[in-house]
Amino acid sequence: MLTVAPPEKVVAKRGATAQSRVTVLLGAGYHVNSNTPSEDYLIPLRLTWTPGALVASEVTYPKPVMEKYSFSPKPISVFTGKFDVTTVFKVAPGASPGPGVMAGKLRYQACNDKACFPPKTVEVRLTYQIE
Amino acid sequence: MTTRRLGILFGAGLLLIGLASACGSKPKPSAERPEPVKSQQERKPAPDFSLKDGDGRTVRLSDYRGKVVLLNFWATWCGPCKIEVPWFIDFERRNKDRGFSVIGVSMDDDGWEAVKPFVNRLGVNYRIVLGDDRVSEAYGGVEALPTTFLIDREGNIAAVHVGLAGKNDFEDGIEKLLEGSSGGSDRAGAGTRPAGSE
Repeated sequence: MLTVAPPEKVVAKRGATAQSRVTVLLGAGYHVNSNTPSEDYLIPLRLTWTPGALVASEVTYPKPVMEKYSFSPKPISVFTGKFDVTTVFKVAPGASPGPGVMAGKLRYQACNDKACFPPKTVEVRLTYQIE
Repeated sequence: MTTRRLGILFGAGLLLIGLASACGSKPKPSAERPEPVKSQQERKPAPDFSLKDGDGRTVRLSDYRGKVVLLNFWATWCGPCKIEVPWFIDFERRNKDRGFSVIGVSMDDDGWEAVKPFVNRLGVNYRIVLGDDRVSEAYGGVEALPTTFLIDREGNIAAVHVGLAGKNDFEDGIEKLLEGSSGGSDRAGAGTRPAGSE
């Protein structure tokens, strides 16, 4: 239903910023609520990172699409198909040079036109090299 | 008789035959329409459960033996479930004196904190219990919500609807079970299963 492609390795200097892209692919006919759902009862898509040598300063989601489903009286804010979630990281000035791995979590709740599926959390691993 | 007259007569004849067959035709037998409930032979026992309602009281399915039960797995974050809730409120109101009950099994991880405001806001008039993995597994690993089981007076599953079903699908099944009809055919049916729900 939903797969996350492993993000590309990030190479950054101490004290600099770096960007990483997480690509999400949803199966045909499925959608997830956007990061800003239309209704308060809907569970938003969220990408979070455990702070480490890199600290996430900004997570940017794509522009949601407003889609109408058989269960929604009006269009709702969703993501469908293939989309990217981008994170800007700050590398601590005192970070140790060398390789490492950042741990992230993507929480989502998916539906199709007739049914919804329990919220799930996918682990995301970002490898990096600090120079 | 001229060729023109023959043509007119032939046309009129065809028209009469067409009208006669249209007027005499009966609605198509329901061969293509799925039965709202399974036949008695196809039904399997509904697993018993013991779950708590919002007042902390234990609710067992076996307490409902002798009644027709609509068992609905749902969650507050599920849009399609929200569409069905007013129907179930209506079914409960109209049929509760005929030996019918709705039980809503909430699969919300956040528990009553999420569920109570929701059911209050929608004016739910039927029993709500908090579900768990055990009951979900017992009912075949309920993953897609809503999933709704129609259970007959003997405690057997007479129909399963996975995903948003039509109000009529439920109504037909409930009526059939309340009337005590066995359903009675081996035709495929007794449920809905949308694409992608498996």
